[in-house]
This record gives sequence, C-alpha cells and structure tokens, in this order.
Amino acid sequence: MSEKCMIKVEVCCGTTCFLLGARELLALADDPPAAWQGRVEVIATPCMDACNGNRFSGSPYVRINGTLLSGATRDLVEQRVNAIMAKPQPERSAEQ
Amino acid sequence: MINGVIRMRRELMIRLLRSYLAGTIDDDIDKIPCQLRPRDMASTRCCPYKDRAIIKYRLMALLGAAWEDEQDESRPLRDYLRDALAAHARPARPLTVCGTGCSGCEDGKYQVTDACRACFARPCTYNCPTQAISFRSQRAHIDQDACKNCGKCMELCPFHAITRAVVPCEEACPVGAIRKNAAGVAEIDFTACIFCGKCFAACPFAAILERSELLNIVDDLQRGRKLVALVAPSAAGQFPGSIGQLFAAMAAADFSDVIEVAIGAEMTTAHEAAEYRERMAAGARLLTTSCCPAYVEAAKKHAHAIVPFISNTPSPMLYAAQIAREKHPDAAIVFIGPCIAKRHEATLHPGVIDWIMSFEELGALLAAKGIDVMSQPEWPMPRPAAASARHFARSCGVTEAVLKELAANTHDHDVEAKAEAVAVQGRVIDGITTKSVKQLQLYGLGKLPGNFLEVMACPGGCNNGPCSLSC
Repeated sequence: MSEKCMIKVEVCCGTTCFLLGARELLALADDPPAAWQGRVEVIATPCMDACNGNRFSGSPYVRINGTLLSGATRDLVEQRVNAIMAKPQPERSAEQ
Repeated sequence: MINGVIRMRRELMIRLLRSYLAGTIDDDIDKIPCQLRPRDMASTRCCPYKDRAIIKYRLMALLGAAWEDEQDESRPLRDYLRDALAAHARPARPLTVCGTGCSGCEDGKYQVTDACRACFARPCTYNCPTQAISFRSQRAHIDQDACKNCGKCMELCPFHAITRAVVPCEEACPVGAIRKNAAGVAEIDFTACIFCGKCFAACPFAAILERSELLNIVDDLQRGRKLVALVAPSAAGQFPGSIGQLFAAMAAADFSDVIEVAIGAEMTTAHEAAEYRERMAAGARLLTTSCCPAYVEAAKKHAHAIVPFISNTPSPMLYAAQIAREKHPDAAIVFIGPCIAKRHEATLHPGVIDWIMSFEELGALLAAKGIDVMSQPEWPMPRPAAASARHFARSCGVTEAVLKELAANTHDHDVEAKAEAVAVQGRVIDGITTKSVKQLQLYGLGKLPGNFLEVMACPGGCNNGPCSLSC
C-alpha cells in the first residue's frame, strides 16, 4: 500500500492578508478542484508575519509545501499546486 | 468578493493608518499617490497622473472630505488631515462622488455585438415596435434615435447578440437618486438618497466614496480617549477566528470596552413585540420593522403610505448606545458595522453615537496595528447575547425573534388576548429594489397581505452590507 505525498497549502489569515484576499482563497478548502481530492490539504493559518514593513502590498501570502507565495490569487495557487501535482511524486509506504 | 476597487480601498486605509501610527503621516500623506502609482507602473486609467489624482481624492474621503466641496485643487492632503483632526466631527453626508474618477458610463443603450449572425429569422427587426433595427454588412444595426429601449430585440435574439450597456450606479440605485449631470458626471441627489450604499458597491471605477471617520477614531485611541465599541450582530463570520477573539483584538487595539449590539437587539425585540401587540389590539392592520435605516429612509422619501406603519421602537444600535452610556458615561461611543445608512441614522440622533466605523475600517485598524485576530485569546463576555438577537443580521432574523418573543411573553393579558385574535402574518422584503419600493407603497395602502413586515435593504440582511468583508 502506498499513497501520494500530500501537498500542503497554508493560507495566511493574518488581518492584512484576510482583508486583501485570503478570505476568497479559503474557498479552496471548501470547494477544491476535483483533482485535488485526497492530495491537497488547504488550511487557514494565523499571521505568517510575511507582510511586515511595506511588504503588505504583497498580501495575501500563501505557503505551498513550505514555499512562500505573495500576491496569491485562486488561479495562481491552483497553477502552482497543479504544477507540483504534475511532477513525478515520490511515493511513501503507508506502513512507515 | 475581492476586486481592484476593494483592494485599493483597504490598502489605502492600512497605509494611511500605518503612517499615522508611526507618527510620520504629515510627511507621508502627500507622497502616497506617487508611491502607489509610480510613473513606470501600468496605469488603470489614461495615465499615472490621473491615477494619482484619484488616489488623492480617495485619501480625502478617508479624511472625511467631499470631492464636491473642493475649492483649491492644489491643496495638499496634509491640510485636509489637519482640518479633519481639528474639526473632530462626523461628516454631514456619508457619501461623496469623485467626479474625476467617474467614467461617465454610457447610458443604458441596446447594442449589437459581434455575435450577430444576420440570421434569416431576424426576430429583432420583425418585433421592434419602432423599426429601429436594420441590417448592413451582414449585421444588425440599432438606430439609437428611434430605439425606445424596450429590450424586445435583446429578449428575442437567438444568439444573445444584443446587450444593454448599463450605468452601474444608476442601475444599482433602487430609488433613482444618482444620475449623471450636464457634465456627464454622476451626482447623488441627497433629497432622494436612502444611503443604502448600493451605488458605492456597484461603481467599478470606485468613484463613489464613503466619507470616513477613521482618522478621528484612531486619533482618539492614540490620545488615550476612552472609546467603547458597539459591534453589530453581523460581525460574526466577518473575520477569521471567533467573535470572542475579534472582541479581544479590539481590546488589544485600545478600545476600553466592547459591547454586542445584539444585546440592544434583545431590547428591540421585546419592545417591537410589545408594540405589535398594542397596535394590533388597537385595530392596526400592519406593523413594519424599523431597524434598517435605509428602509426607513426609503419609506419617508419614496413610499409615504407605509410610514404610519413603521415601528417606533429604537434600533438595536440606539439601545446598545444607551447601555454603553450608562456603563461608561465618560466614553465616546463607536458603532462598528457593515452599513453606510447607519452613518445617516447616527446623524439623525445627535449625541447618541460619536463615531461610525465600518468592518473594513476595523480590519484596516487591526492590520495597521499588527493585531492578528486568530491569535487572540477568547474575550470574556459578561453575557453573550441571545442567539435570536444575533440573528438580526440575516434576513427573517427580526421576524423570528419577534415571533419567539410574542409566543413567550404574556405581560398584559388583555392586550395579549386581543392581539392573539389577529394571527401574525409575517412578510419579508429581502433587499430594497425599484420593485420592492413599489411594494412598500402597496403594503402601506393595504393592497398586499400580512400584518408584520420585515424590511432589509441588503439582500440576505446586514451580513451582506456594502462595507462588510464578505461582499
């Protein structure tokens, strides 16, 4: 038995990101693309502290498998996730 | 749903407040338009200079000023800032139209698009009552002088090739209060305006602006003035985290106390139910809710027949303010909600509410102060409001609360007995439109059934107010 690696999408829900578009990104958790089923986990996280200083113009921020993405939109997140999914995935044993 | 207009509005609020809190606003404020639109950045209008001019007017509105009142175009924003803080007063009118930003959208004409196939049936020409449609170069053409805008061609075209160009603000206004003036710029007729904010939400050029009180509120907080926040029931679900965490975030932003307006809604419910019983016992045929100020304004200005049937019960905001005054007689009171019409309601009751703040503005304040709602502890609420009172924010919520109260409360047995003889026939108008304004008049004239009418200007209720974060 083996399963594909899970892709983790963390949506920053700090107040700035939430005001500037993170709210809409959370729809990816409730209504994900069909192909994401069982392979992508979308979660809301507290402030990632990515918007300090004048970097708040880059809000909303999203972290995909640990990589920070600024100016995130639903389309952009879908593109990045789909690109990761299209790459050959290492498999891991479910028994490990 | 976020879009360019909403994003710019919120970004400007955050930028302005960050600068104020850093103590650099005097130096920064006139630079913001250039910082946001440097000359090598793609313009959203004709050129970066016009973009900058419009950003300046947006900042003026954030300082409470109106485009219409501008006397000197060269006046720097720091002068408007100084005036706003010195006046320490709420703007008389909640909205301004930035004529410079108005695109002067084309009137609602019918137009033929490239989808026209010059078909054999040509139902557009056969059915046009004024013979305004002819065919040239294998395509339909509408003679705009002859067209009477009946829309039959659009309705009948099998290819959906005919569209109607709309003026979004005029299309959104349910009472015809916004029209283009002789210069082709939108203008609000405040004698007709009901302050519902539909034009504000509809304008894709962000030409309709709220005149904010934000800087005065933040200035009061920074100066250590005691400010009590009254939070509208629609706050639930506006921000990430729980309502208790939101209240804790507001305390962290230096509000002295946070009071649920839903506590005021409990009082509105009790008084409105009592008023219903009394009026029905006295032989009245209808009682309508009074908590939506845009509805009350619509009735007064456009549906006079229904005015006698509007409940005299104060709104939840007014009751909550009464509670706040008793608890904190030395504090200034800030109502926080999703509504533009509440600004007008506060103006009608001078001395009751000191400031009005939108959820967007609250969000900008928390963002500027670096307060993360999700990371806050739960606020220890002395007494959470009843669920039925919290539901005031959604359509049918008031009716449900009043019905529950009527079923439970039996203070005056005589009046109760008479009222019970008249079974409650609840009706709801969920969103004020041109059609529903006519319905209001018909309800007033007794031509529509029902003896308890709830009216919400925003479809779905206050949760979908023009300044909510969920819209």
